[in-house]
Amino acid sequence: MRQLAAITAFAAAVALLPAVTSSGVVLNIAIMTLYAALLGQAWNILAGFGGQFSFGHAVFFGTGAYAAAVLQARFGWNAWAALPAALALGAAVGGFIGALSFRYGLRGSYFALVTLAFAEVFRILANNVQFTGAGVGLMVKLDPGAARFQFADKAGYLHVILAFVVVGLLVSWWLKHSRYGAWLQAVRDNEDSAAALGVNVFAVKLQAIMLSGALTAAAGVFYVQYFQYIDPSLAYGPAVSVEALLGPIIGGLGTVWGPILGAAVLHLLGEATRGLVSSLPGVNLIAYGVLLVLMIMFLPRGIIGLVKCSRP
Amino acid sequence: MLEALNLSKRFGGLAAVQDVSLSVPRGSITALIGPNGAGKTTLFHLLSGFLASDSGKVSLEGRDITGLSPHAICRLGMTRTFQIVQPFAAQTVRENIAVGAHLHHRGRREAIAAAEDVARRVGLHAQLDKPASSLTIAGRKRLELARALATRPRLLLLDEVLAGLNPQEINEVLPVVRAIRDGGVTVLMIEHVMQAVMNLCEHVWVLSNGRLIAQGSPREIAAHPGVIEAYLGHGTAERLLKAAAHA
Repeated sequence: MRQLAAITAFAAAVALLPAVTSSGVVLNIAIMTLYAALLGQAWNILAGFGGQFSFGHAVFFGTGAYAAAVLQARFGWNAWAALPAALALGAAVGGFIGALSFRYGLRGSYFALVTLAFAEVFRILANNVQFTGAGVGLMVKLDPGAARFQFADKAGYLHVILAFVVVGLLVSWWLKHSRYGAWLQAVRDNEDSAAALGVNVFAVKLQAIMLSGALTAAAGVFYVQYFQYIDPSLAYGPAVSVEALLGPIIGGLGTVWGPILGAAVLHLLGEATRGLVSSLPGVNLIAYGVLLVLMIMFLPRGIIGLVKCSRP
Repeated sequence: MLEALNLSKRFGGLAAVQDVSLSVPRGSITALIGPNGAGKTTLFHLLSGFLASDSGKVSLEGRDITGLSPHAICRLGMTRTFQIVQPFAAQTVRENIAVGAHLHHRGRREAIAAAEDVARRVGLHAQLDKPASSLTIAGRKRLELARALATRPRLLLLDEVLAGLNPQEINEVLPVVRAIRDGGVTVLMIEHVMQAVMNLCEHVWVLSNGRLIAQGSPREIAAHPGVIEAYLGHGTAERLLKAAAHA
């Protein structure tokens, strides 16, 4: 219950941010941090709670982004109507990849490689078929209005992405306090033991990748509304896959707040390095890399792990 | 209760289990013994669904369970522990046992309550909040037992729960196993600790090189020439008999 109170407090604090500042720069940082947190939360379901490390979460992100963009630009759908369709498609792609790789018992780095390969295959496909706009990409018409998932000011976007992140928080909380979550974490820690205790390992992993895929697709839908544009390398390129896994690893794997904490640290660090060394574009990526190495060496349980250790 | 009929399993050129049939009576404690590499654990894998047999049948309470997956067999009331303990290391003892309890309890609170109940039965209740990785080997063996019990099995396969324990720890676990049986759970155990087999078991099967070479009460088995030879080498039984006659 304390966690639920914390989630409520967090939501209220972030929701009130536009009342405190109207600075577009600040709100943009907040939006991009929450967006990275959402990607991290989705990845954390499968990897942090389920132990299946994906290196190709862009495959779900891009599918959600393209589903929304194609439905809106080609078929004139309302963006809110495209959202559930995109979530369903993200889950379906998750189910497909999961069924193939878990059926044949792929684990660890083999599973990571397969997800990476799928993201690449989808990128090449998106580059070559016409209805995704091929290499040119797809533009979504700018037409602000809350009913169309587009906003004239940043506050609207902030509230939408915050709502998604709160859903992500509630899902993570549920995983900590439910039978399904207990099964998923048992599968992460030892598949044979879990099976001996009556856990259907295959089904549990499949449900996790579908849930993770749907939530990642939500981030894709948001991306399209925020930038009104998507192309194959934005959608399926490795940048999104890396963004999804950095936050939870740095914040704390398999925890409720890890992805948000990690995303916040990374984005603040990114902004700081960009501000300090503005002559070197991409220096923030070097900082990310150094931080990741340091984290894995000294804090394998993330920042949350550090906090938990320091308490008696 | 549990019937195996002509089970066989080959790994390439190695016949790990050959034509094994056995029948475990309801409410009994029975043991499967044999020298290292005899195929005992492989046979457990076949019974519990972790390996598919090449031929033969397994049935539980009259129901054919050949080829079912481990979780399906667990749902039907038979579960197992592992010789090399496999705790969910990142989780506490309570969370570990609750995973088993969730088989029959959907709600988290009920599962936790059931887990604490089981922990008391196996003597782990003082360690409920400890991470499983911090337990001693004896504690981990108890944890294996507790998790399996939490699924409320009617038949429990124990793969060397006493291995690696010192004599005092063994004496503490023996009554636990007996209490499990007295609680209505049939027990089939793989065991090397003969003191335990002699103490607990009503019936013993002896596996050697993948074949059942003898069965009977512990006393009969201890005197069985084939069993002595399997453990101590060819011709030993004869030499022992001669030595006894001379003495």
